[in-house]
Amino acid sequence: MTDGTESQIPSFHRKGFRFDLFRLFTWVASAATVATLVFIAASILVQAWPAIARFGLGFFTTVAWKTSDPENYGVLPYLVGTAISSLIALLLALPLGVLISIFLSENFLALPLRNTVRFVVELLAAIPSVIYGLWGIAVVIPIVQRIGGPIAGALGFLPLFQGPSSGNSMLTASLVLALMVLPTITAISRTALVAVPGQLREGSYAIGATRWETIFGVLLPTAAPGIVAATILAFGRAMGETMAVAMLIGNSPRLTWSLLSPAGTLASLIANKFGEAEDLQVSALLYAAFALMLFTLLVNVLGELVLRRAQKSISGLR
Amino acid sequence: MTCKRKIAGTPRRHRNVTNQSLLDARLSISGRGLLQTMKTTSSRFAGLIALIAISPLSVHAATQLQGAGATFPAPLYQRWIAEFSKANPGIQINYQGVGSGAGIKQFTDGLVTFGASDAAMTDAQIQKVKQGAVLIPATAGSIVLAYNLPGVETLKLSREAYVGIFLGKITKWSDPAITKTNEGVKLPDLNITVCTRSDSSGTNFVFTGHLSAVSSDFKSQVGQGTSVTWPTGVAGQGNDGVTALIKQTQGAIGYVEYGYAKNNKLPFAQLQNKAGEFVTATPESGAATLNTTQFPANILRAWPSDPDAKDAYPIATFTWLLLYKTYSDKDKLAALKKFVTYGLTDGQKLSDALGYIPMPAEVVQKCEAALNSVQ
Repeated sequence: MTDGTESQIPSFHRKGFRFDLFRLFTWVASAATVATLVFIAASILVQAWPAIARFGLGFFTTVAWKTSDPENYGVLPYLVGTAISSLIALLLALPLGVLISIFLSENFLALPLRNTVRFVVELLAAIPSVIYGLWGIAVVIPIVQRIGGPIAGALGFLPLFQGPSSGNSMLTASLVLALMVLPTITAISRTALVAVPGQLREGSYAIGATRWETIFGVLLPTAAPGIVAATILAFGRAMGETMAVAMLIGNSPRLTWSLLSPAGTLASLIANKFGEAEDLQVSALLYAAFALMLFTLLVNVLGELVLRRAQKSISGLR
Repeated sequence: MTCKRKIAGTPRRHRNVTNQSLLDARLSISGRGLLQTMKTTSSRFAGLIALIAISPLSVHAATQLQGAGATFPAPLYQRWIAEFSKANPGIQINYQGVGSGAGIKQFTDGLVTFGASDAAMTDAQIQKVKQGAVLIPATAGSIVLAYNLPGVETLKLSREAYVGIFLGKITKWSDPAITKTNEGVKLPDLNITVCTRSDSSGTNFVFTGHLSAVSSDFKSQVGQGTSVTWPTGVAGQGNDGVTALIKQTQGAIGYVEYGYAKNNKLPFAQLQNKAGEFVTATPESGAATLNTTQFPANILRAWPSDPDAKDAYPIATFTWLLLYKTYSDKDKLAALKKFVTYGLTDGQKLSDALGYIPMPAEVVQKCEAALNSVQ
């Protein structure tokens, strides 16, 4: 292996495997990240084991969180709450995010202005979630309190809008979540739209398509996999969001399909109960944490896969 | 190498810091508590820095006592500590309101000099404590039903009414079960929003214990516990979380410690006691409740879950200090005994102003006897 030339050329410029200090550092750093993830998952699993052994998969179909007579824990309402609040948030944020990303990728405005708008949208991601929570309490809850009653009155026959309505509710949490995932959707969708090769747009114009037809007939379909990936990643973020949701959703332990009633999510459950929990309850919370981690990991992996395929298919067009 | 040794030398401190930041994160979920949390966090860090800075000099000078546990009596304990330290500069006491459950955990693990809990330790929990445990009631408080109904200043709730509300059976303020006992009060046709605790807590335990004692329906459908599945309502974290929910929701009713309702100027309902009287929560009516408590012979542990005295407010409870049976450090033992004695005697005089119930003399005597058994 040694050929006496390493003094002239830094070894990581050369091809082939070579052992050197820099490479070692990069290796250690990457391995440490992977090891940390494995370690976190394993230690949660170990501590969750008493609950897993006791409740098994029934944990996910049980409605109960009782610390005494007899102890019984189940997360069905929280599972449903996590799914519904994230889905509603996506439903609201997706159209908005895609519209913003179209606006930002077209030349409707001068570039400096566009960049400012982009910066502001991305700044939404930098606001700490507890501030979203406080803002939700101050602004969104009063709005939902005002409109909740009439909605329940008019649409109460649908399970989704069953009364009585409450300010701290699934709707409130979903509205704020939508705002929180908006930057994720916008940023990734914009990247996907910008990555659409210019020839496609020119070609579309050349065969007589209007701008409208070009955007909806050519650009969006081409960028679609990227937008789907953005949606999935945003879904993962919404599922895991804790602080703002815990402050707004009402933390109810009951199973509900109504957007107007208080609900709970896995993340808010853990944040609420952990401080005062003991013994089996701690274990049950860690079981819930393990499940939540698994779900978000799966969603994120899915998002990454779609994103990678999207990039591949677009680069094939170049 | 030196670096490594330094880190290895301070595991306890590190552990405290992580625990603390975790708990702070938890606390701050209730928006109202946020500011306070930020304050206490920074003062804690300031304290920590001060501790690190002065520890080489003062380690032999001062006796340090570490306490942790219930949040409900924390304001009173902090006040005791402040007053006590003025008179006894040689004793440093640090109390962290980390919650009853965490208090019992840290006490059992031997991480503190004393613990504190709103729910007295069970026999099974006491057995896990190597040095043995002595439970000493330190102060007491009432749990009130605070509400948010603009224009309604007095509200009388019969037992039927408040059990019904918390079971989700009474859903409107204009329900006959409520209006019946409130003649002359204009009750709006508003939905009742029940506010409960989202965390496990001693307050939950005491309140559900009372409701279970009053109503067999409640006992079979919900039952008593530090965390129960409430059939209705929204939940906030901690007394301050529930207080915030009540404040921001018209038509809300929720259970909080008397001191929280008083400090936040929330109106609270007069409740019907076992004798059929409507009683408002005051230090006197709370003391009447405590006077009915019968402690078993060997341990100061009892809940007056449904007192029968005529002037007794129905929901009041003690909160406990948890001491070890034996202490190996005699300086600490002497300092601790001095502090607890102060709390049981002069300290009781501070209770009223802070929204707690001064303990009856009879109970204080029993506590002092229990304290003497600590060695």
